[in-house]
Amino acid sequence: MPVLEGKELRIVGFLCNWCSYGGADTAGVGRFDQPTDLRIIKVPCSGRIDPLFIVKTLMSGADGVLVSGCHPNDCHYAEGNFYARRRLEMLKRFIPMLGIDPNRFDYTWVSASEGQRWQEVVTKFTEQIHKLGPAQKIEGADAEETLKLMEASL
Amino acid sequence: MKNLEDLKEQIRKALPELDVVIGWTDSFDPLHATPHFMRKEEDIDKLKVDALCVHNLATYLPGLKGKKVGIVVKGCDSRSVVELLQENLIKREDVTIFGFGCNGVVDQTKIRSIIGDVGNIEACELTDKEVTVTASGEVHKLALDEVLSDKCKTCRYPNAVLSDHFTGEEVATTATFEDGYKDLEEFEAKSTEEKFAYWLGEMDRCIRCYACRNACPMCVCRDHCVAQSRDPHWLSQEAHVRDKWMFQVIHAYHLTGRCTECGECQRACPVDIPILLFKKKFNKEIKEVFNYEAGLDPEATPPLLTFKNEEAKIKERDW
Ligand code: SF4
Ligand code: SF4
Ligand code: SF4
Repeated sequence: MPVLEGKELRIVGFLCNWCSYGGADTAGVGRFDQPTDLRIIKVPCSGRIDPLFIVKTLMSGADGVLVSGCHPNDCHYAEGNFYARRRLEMLKRFIPMLGIDPNRFDYTWVSASEGQRWQEVVTKFTEQIHKLGPAQKIEGADAEETLKLMEASL
Repeated sequence: MKNLEDLKEQIRKALPELDVVIGWTDSFDPLHATPHFMRKEEDIDKLKVDALCVHNLATYLPGLKGKKVGIVVKGCDSRSVVELLQENLIKREDVTIFGFGCNGVVDQTKIRSIIGDVGNIEACELTDKEVTVTASGEVHKLALDEVLSDKCKTCRYPNAVLSDHFTGEEVATTATFEDGYKDLEEFEAKSTEEKFAYWLGEMDRCIRCYACRNACPMCVCRDHCVAQSRDPHWLSQEAHVRDKWMFQVIHAYHLTGRCTECGECQRACPVDIPILLFKKKFNKEIKEVFNYEAGLDPEATPPLLTFKNEEAKIKERDW
């Protein structure tokens, strides 16, 4: 059941293998309704996610990026998500500088047993992205705009 | 510098034990200074320290690993040295730090925008208050305050934060952390669309010379920089604005909690892209969330290299 029929946006999800990917699987096995805009990329651990993956994804045309890992204290590798939390929080605070709405990126924690929670997260995040609409694409700079800026700075 | 002779004397005493001492000296024209590598007694006579000595010499330290190196540092440069020590990129016993209290350096871009053609500089005189430049036969008197680097106007650490030898008196300062972030706040007040359009235009001018990276004392990957690596292949070699913009985000992110805001990246940029803003943003957030500033304590761990089970200032999303 797409949130907006025929109007899917491109959302990329980075999910850790041990918890959130399992959680998404649990949601699927439980046949919970989910929006279909999200494309999942499975990573071994949220700690493996270089925050620059997210920037690269957004700059390459995604409308939203969702990161989900194991809850703090539940990391398969004991502390990967603790490092991830600091890095992702810094990125979240930085994104507005680029002229990208910070709501296009979120990070959260979902465990393998939380199929219900996964459904909720993915539905709410997708709604959030649909509210923002398609992201501005980096096609190339507007030559006239650039010239104006250059003149202003001279 | 008033106590230049004292500094020279300190260097003279230390030089026999060292492979090289890095300072500054006269450059190709009277308006510029250049890094100076002192290996022999006579080199010391050519040392100069004044408002034209803008280079952060700490950039050279990681490349001289294993050598005994002396380095002359302003307050801001000393923070880079401390940061390098923190990250084990240099060894404390290998560096001898000659610090002093700094009264600020000039911003060549500001000078250029006032006097125009800087192709033929005949003379440059500096006093505490004025820079007098003779260019193409014309004499320009510039108030030092007008051509001082922005970072110097809000400098909170004019004195070397760590040194083995300190020259002269300490310089007093009254600036606060917030003072240094007014330009950032002004930028942040723009709308999302305005910011996007702004960077699109600014980044389009980037010529991918990587001077910003090469000048940065904390960019230590050198040959392994993601900008050029094929494996992983982060960026294409295209001149597309997306790649240039992405590179700046990479630079800024890799400096999160490590950048000491020496401003060398922005100074080195031949097309004057205000890339320091990105770094300032990360620094402001690092201060806000972790109450931390880079390059002050050689024993500290940069915040992204550690964690706490409970993060006091990180409020997570409750779906
Ligand atoms: S920022 Fe401070 S220490 Fe650095 S050059 Fe300016 S006044 Fe000197
Ligand atoms: S990013 Fe710029 S301001 Fe920060 S340490 Fe590097 S050169 Fe200095
Ligand atoms: S110094 Fe300026 S032009 Fe050169 S790569 Fe950096 S931002 Fe681009």
